[in-house]
Amino acid sequence: MKSAVIVFPGSNCDRDLAEALLLVSGRAPQMVWHRETELPAGLDLIAIPGGFSYGDYLRSGAMAAQSPVMRAVAAAAARGSFVLGICNGFQVLTETHLLPGALMRNSGIRFVGRDVTIRVENSQSAFTSGYEAGEEIVVPVAHHDGNFQADAETLDRLEGEGRVAFRYAGEVNGSARGIAGILNEAGNVLGMMPHPERAVEAAHGLTGGRPLFEGLLEAVGQPA
Amino acid sequence: MKVRVYVTLKKGVLDPQGKAIHHALEGLGFAGVNDVRAGKLIELDVDDGTRDADVEEMCRKLLANTVIENYRIERTETVTGGVGA
Repeated sequence: MKSAVIVFPGSNCDRDLAEALLLVSGRAPQMVWHRETELPAGLDLIAIPGGFSYGDYLRSGAMAAQSPVMRAVAAAAARGSFVLGICNGFQVLTETHLLPGALMRNSGIRFVGRDVTIRVENSQSAFTSGYEAGEEIVVPVAHHDGNFQADAETLDRLEGEGRVAFRYAGEVNGSARGIAGILNEAGNVLGMMPHPERAVEAAHGLTGGRPLFEGLLEAVGQPA
Repeated sequence: MKVRVYVTLKKGVLDPQGKAIHHALEGLGFAGVNDVRAGKLIELDVDDGTRDADVEEMCRKLLANTVIENYRIERTETVTGGVGA
């Protein structure tokens, strides 16, 4: 699987994500700086990491969404490349309008950093095919702005079209309908607040994130 | 020319920061505060010929996230001399 990790000033999960992709796919991703206007050719997956891009100025992800590389990411997404945004990456994808809704300040005001249980709501997507529908996995969250909000009509549509990929099993940040991760209409873009890349090997203490990357490998025709 | 852009959360959108401020005010003993909503004020210094439509576009494309926020544009004349920093 040929992948790239986008790096913004303030990204801080880019190396974790690169390590996870290397571990699962056997191939190191290319690290792409935000000033680039073109992506490497033939990418199967573009991954947007967690962190605090541009210091979260204005709104989390708002500045990163305007960076040159995101135009190339949007074009690649339109062509069908897989795009995975984790934590700040999810915020960037909503600010880029590749995904609907917005991620607001956690309802409890505080930064939340702990392991949480999430439920796989849709196991039919390329990102979730490594799981069973309804399966519960434990993955870490670490965010201040993870409170997913959209209007009722959008939420109904996301649920009706099976685009809620993951839901929190308990209360975490006030997200509407407990949503932890969503897919775009075509199913090739996933944004999620929890960190699957921090749960891929025994040394992490958790391995619940590994099937996500393995599922993607299968989707691009390279069984894990 | 100075332009002020007020960005506020849409009605009905939960405002955790506003709630926390409200709670703190009550803690200080201020009674009679019914609700608190927090927002942002962004001041722009733009060329005098800048069109309303351009400022509107700035708001829609960057300054506000219209999924959750409203914006209000207020124009003020350039202050020549006088007080203020």
